[in-house]
Amino acid sequence: MNQINTLIEEQIPRLRRYARALVRDRARADDLVQDTLERAWEKRQLWRPESDIRAWMFTIMHNVFVNQLKQSQSTKAFVSMEDEEHEIPVRATQDDDLEMRDLLSAIGRLPDEFKEVVLLVGLEQLRYEEVANVLDVPIGTVMSRLSRGREKLRALMSGIPSPTLRRVK
Amino acid sequence: MSHTTHPIQEDDLHAYIDGQLDDARIIEVEAYLAVNPADAERVHAYRKQNEMMRKMFDPVAMEPVPAEIKGEVKRRSDSPRKVIAPILRYAAVVAWLVMGGVIGWILHGTEPTEPVRVATFAQQAAIAHVVYTPEVLHPVEVGADQEAHLVKWLSKRLGADIKAPSLVSVGYQLLGGRLLPGDSGPAAQFMYNNESGKRLTLYVRTKVKDNEATEFRFEQEGKVGVFSWKNGPVGYALSGELAKPELLTVANAVYHQIQP
Repeated sequence: MNQINTLIEEQIPRLRRYARALVRDRARADDLVQDTLERAWEKRQLWRPESDIRAWMFTIMHNVFVNQLKQSQSTKAFVSMEDEEHEIPVRATQDDDLEMRDLLSAIGRLPDEFKEVVLLVGLEQLRYEEVANVLDVPIGTVMSRLSRGREKLRALMSGIPSPTLRRVK
Repeated sequence: MSHTTHPIQEDDLHAYIDGQLDDARIIEVEAYLAVNPADAERVHAYRKQNEMMRKMFDPVAMEPVPAEIKGEVKRRSDSPRKVIAPILRYAAVVAWLVMGGVIGWILHGTEPTEPVRVATFAQQAAIAHVVYTPEVLHPVEVGADQEAHLVKWLSKRLGADIKAPSLVSVGYQLLGGRLLPGDSGPAAQFMYNNESGKRLTLYVRTKVKDNEATEFRFEQEGKVGVFSWKNGPVGYALSGELAKPELLTVANAVYHQIQP
């Protein structure tokens, strides 16, 4: 029992990093982390010691995130990302700062299923197979979302008009 | 040229960027990019996206657990007994997790009964060690191949003359370094590894107060051992998952290069 506590605890910094990038708003990100920790604890019997705790925790976070989105859409309480202030967690030099703001704003405009793939691969450095497991989609879908998500970010950052992303299943 | 190679696909370019390609294929992708400037430009842009994402969000992993979560936990733990049992149980778990906070998760085996409020200098170093040494692809922001630039940059940001000591004599090579947010301004982290891939980090911060670190001392933070000391306002902490005597050998090498 103690072992799973320790393993879950060790994931907190990474979960917070991913959550902040995913929902951006600090309070919402921390809610997401907290709900994920609770859910992980509820489901602790389902974790197999030979499997990777990090991928397991990211899977739980993905499910919690999707459920939160469904709930917020049904209550219409969801604030538009466009209205939120772009909060950069780290101070940077001025040049970097502008580019980071652009990237942050571009990430905010990606549909969630693309954003998750781009962040799990780019920020969290998960392997493609792990991302496929976390999101419960085929690996081909991961690759397709990755490719289109990255290109969309590039287009948004360079001001090139780009076709809107349609959901791929 | 009788053997055939598979044509380079979109997936190969991404796997190349993400370090998920085998060595033979890397060579083929690089040859392809050399003659396909439009794709090379895309690869460059995507790679930059990854770097900037990490630069923006890595510091989140270093933050102490925020007051919002603590407040939420406190409300739950303070709620009356009539609250159904499972909720209390989960609240207890979250409280357990949060109280230890960022410190707790490296202090394995310590009783989580006393909340630790402020990380000491050595603890900050240990946290930074635990967060960054497992990174496979990007353990450092600036590599050792640009050591002069690295040292100049970190010195400028910290406002002090920072050196990256050479640890070759004790079997460790400089991998590079990064800039981190510290309690009172920026901090620098140099990372080293030896032939078997063991990693050590040297954490450097200015404006270290006398109550945070003074003389040369050792602390064990979970699996991580930390030797720390202070030279004027600049604090140094060497962290590694090594036995104390081995870590001491390295710490001595650092100490003697830094002390005037």
